[in-house]
Amino acid sequence: MAVTLAEPPSPATPAALAEVEVGHSLWQDAWARLRKNRLAVISGIILLTMSVLCLIGPFFTPAPDVQDLALYATPPSAQHWLGTDTLGRDLLARVLTGGRLSFAVGLCATFVSLIIGVIYGTISGFYGGKVDNLMMRLVDIIYAFPFTIFVILLMVVFNRSLLLLFAAIGAVEWLNMARIVRGQVISLRKMEFIEAAEALGLPKSRIIFRHLIPNVLGPVIVYTTLTIPAVMLLEAFLSFLGLGVQPPDASWGVLINEGSKSMEEFWWMLVFPGLALSVTLFSLNFLGDGLRDALDPKTSKD
Amino acid sequence: MFKFIASRSLQMLAVLAVTGTITFFLVRLAPGSPFDQERNVSPEIRRNLDAYYGLDKPILTQYWRYFSKLVTTGDFGPSFKYSNRTVTEIIGESLPVSFELGIYAMIVAVAIGVTAGVLASLRPNTMTDYVPMSLSMVGISMPTFVMGPLLLLLFGLQLGWFNVSGWSSFGDKVLPALTLGFYYAAYFARLTRGGMLEILSQDYIRTARAKGASELRVVLKHALRGGLLPAVSFMGPALAGIVTGSFTVETIFQIPGLGRYFVTAALNRDYTLVMGTVILFAALISVFNLVVDVVMVWLNPRLKFD
Repeated sequence: MAVTLAEPPSPATPAALAEVEVGHSLWQDAWARLRKNRLAVISGIILLTMSVLCLIGPFFTPAPDVQDLALYATPPSAQHWLGTDTLGRDLLARVLTGGRLSFAVGLCATFVSLIIGVIYGTISGFYGGKVDNLMMRLVDIIYAFPFTIFVILLMVVFNRSLLLLFAAIGAVEWLNMARIVRGQVISLRKMEFIEAAEALGLPKSRIIFRHLIPNVLGPVIVYTTLTIPAVMLLEAFLSFLGLGVQPPDASWGVLINEGSKSMEEFWWMLVFPGLALSVTLFSLNFLGDGLRDALDPKTSKD
Repeated sequence: MFKFIASRSLQMLAVLAVTGTITFFLVRLAPGSPFDQERNVSPEIRRNLDAYYGLDKPILTQYWRYFSKLVTTGDFGPSFKYSNRTVTEIIGESLPVSFELGIYAMIVAVAIGVTAGVLASLRPNTMTDYVPMSLSMVGISMPTFVMGPLLLLLFGLQLGWFNVSGWSSFGDKVLPALTLGFYYAAYFARLTRGGMLEILSQDYIRTARAKGASELRVVLKHALRGGLLPAVSFMGPALAGIVTGSFTVETIFQIPGLGRYFVTAALNRDYTLVMGTVILFAALISVFNLVVDVVMVWLNPRLKFD
């Protein structure tokens, strides 16, 4: 898919120009740069392993909801690699299925924010002028609200369904995406190929979806990778407070909450879920940084 | 500048009004009532309770009464859950605790973060860069509610250096402040490093060096002012984060602060206490953002008030 995209007007350093001449697309360049970034590659591998483990791991572990009170909080052993919890449930199975839920929330809510943010930002940047002023003013205003507090209120007030969780988190996270996309679109808007498309009389919707959006993909991908850990963190935060995923379902946040309650005697109940979440967030952050350096060599870290 | 502050204050009031309104209707229209958990409330008592708190009136009347009272007298009303106590009393008791925790956390964040960032920027791509920056990545990836219990487990339970909970001696405040502040220390470190690296490559730094200024003077006098800009602009978001972070940290360390009250109040449908805390938090965050914006212009005269 990537290869068929139109060549985006990349900030051309002399080296990049030389490579473009021998027919490398921006995406090939970026891939090469990413592969050289050892931390990003390791993070990618860890993430892949973690997601594969969460996806297929639960088929090989005991069921995560089977309670066996004879196994009341046993430390890690050969049968139960990560030990069992206070209801005698296998902790490895709980961590892996919890990971499924955490990843699912992370991906779905990010997707919601992605769709809203990209469409909003593109329209705002594309039409410019009054429309842009109004739309961005709105973003500024929404930005001024204490949103985490609203998400907490929403989760408290309404039945804590997963759907609401996706929507609430997605609705908070789209603002930055909209700003980034708008900035990109405004700079693209002045490019010749957009003028050419307009001169050809293409409908606005076609220009937006066919020519603008594909060209803002780079920054969007980078920011998406950085949104996923933010979302997973917010979900875990809510679940830790008892406002997110509800038992018997368990995400990492729920497990960390249970673990922190019984850590005085059963350290493994806290350490392993905490480790799973931290390692995942760590890898996502590093991968996002690596992607930023690879896709947009001009912007440095931070 | 006066015009800027005035217009921003107006905007702030508008945001507060909307926040208050949304919160009011959100909590009121939600299923459940503050008296759900009281056992065996007979219909008459329930009616009396509703009448006492004005819950039997139409919601718009309640809305009007609440806000006209709040605006004219600054009275947040009685708490629904803690009988015989007003929201103002509860806030008056618990806000100083949260405030203290927040200040310590901010000190931890800025002191550790800026020092690490400046250190890393002085010799980029050496050990003094890699070590603090990797540590800061760990900090960013480890949420407060993982870090807090882990610190507690290690220093409180295993080593026995600190009390596991409580809020009286100075020692009680070390772990909570570290937990809450470290995450933002990591952000400040990254932002400071980035800002400093950019400034240190500027011409005027080279000029200062060429004129024979000592390295210490170059860094402290010339580079720091510009290099700190990204960190300063992050102070607003950091404060907002510390406020929400206090919800978990105060829960973990059992600190009697406002953050803990907010979560339980929302769960208990303690309408007035929720309203009071939300409006207070929102006001705090907006005022702080305004201060940060003014400081930004002061640090960087090229920015203008608009």
